[in-house]
Amino acid sequence: MILKDLDERDILNGLRALLAEKGIADAAEIAARIAATDAANPGQGAAMVARAWTDPGFRALMLADGTKAAEAMGIPMRGLPPLGVLENVPGLHHLVVCTLCSCYPRAVLGYPPFWYKSAAYRAKAVRTPRALLREFGTELPADIAIRVVDSTADYRWMVLPERPAGTEGWDAARLAAIVREGDMIGVTIPSV
Amino acid sequence: MSNDVPADLADQVPRAMHDLGGVPRFLCEAVDTAPHALDDFDREVDAIRQILGAKGVMSVDELRRGIEALPEDVYHRLSYYRRWVRSIASILIEKGVISEAALRAHATSRGGR
Repeated sequence: MILKDLDERDILNGLRALLAEKGIADAAEIAARIAATDAANPGQGAAMVARAWTDPGFRALMLADGTKAAEAMGIPMRGLPPLGVLENVPGLHHLVVCTLCSCYPRAVLGYPPFWYKSAAYRAKAVRTPRALLREFGTELPADIAIRVVDSTADYRWMVLPERPAGTEGWDAARLAAIVREGDMIGVTIPSV
Repeated sequence: MSNDVPADLADQVPRAMHDLGGVPRFLCEAVDTAPHALDDFDREVDAIRQILGAKGVMSVDELRRGIEALPEDVYHRLSYYRRWVRSIASILIEKGVISEAALRAHATSRGGR
């Protein structure tokens, strides 16, 4: 392995200096990119879910083409891999994992959470999904099937959860507030 | 529907270290579900990778190749973004975008946080 003797923080120092020197990326550009990345958050995905729950036309668009649905919400998707949306329905639950690394629909959910990138999550999701969900406090009844979907570098997935009972008459903003990050990956289920 | 997928022949097939789906050694490890905030190092590495991608200097597939080429013990010991920065540096050196000597010269100059 190259640069074995260097700490990764020192490697970053070297990289930062060289990229500036070569005109590839300067400090202002890096700061702007950090700010833009920090701005993406699960609230965007939650807003999509809430709109799908209240607007049948949007729901149809979201299930047919997640990228177009995100763009319809004003989320920039240009240059990003396609976004697929997995609909939870009575009797069928979806769980998303990236077994090879950490591929995640970042444009709509923000940075992937720590657990999503962990070896334990990646190993368990495809082998013991029901037990894995229990670690997140989710007890899925035995008669509900789980479909596990592998996100890849070339195709990202998010889950459209079922709208929970007890939310009749709620508007999209109120609904969006109950949708959490984990609900859109499938480790948890929204409830009121 | 059965609860879990049974172990099968896949367990006996040699695989790449990053191919973790169903790997037995991690099945008994608890998932750390607590939130972990990213620090400045993490955010900067992430931003640099995005800029390199947007400018066509280095692709996400190259990032993955660099990560997957790490020795297995290093892969599992390093944090997520520490893997990334090692991959980025090796790929850029390999492609001749930067030189190892220049990186070393700047590495200890403590340019930032």
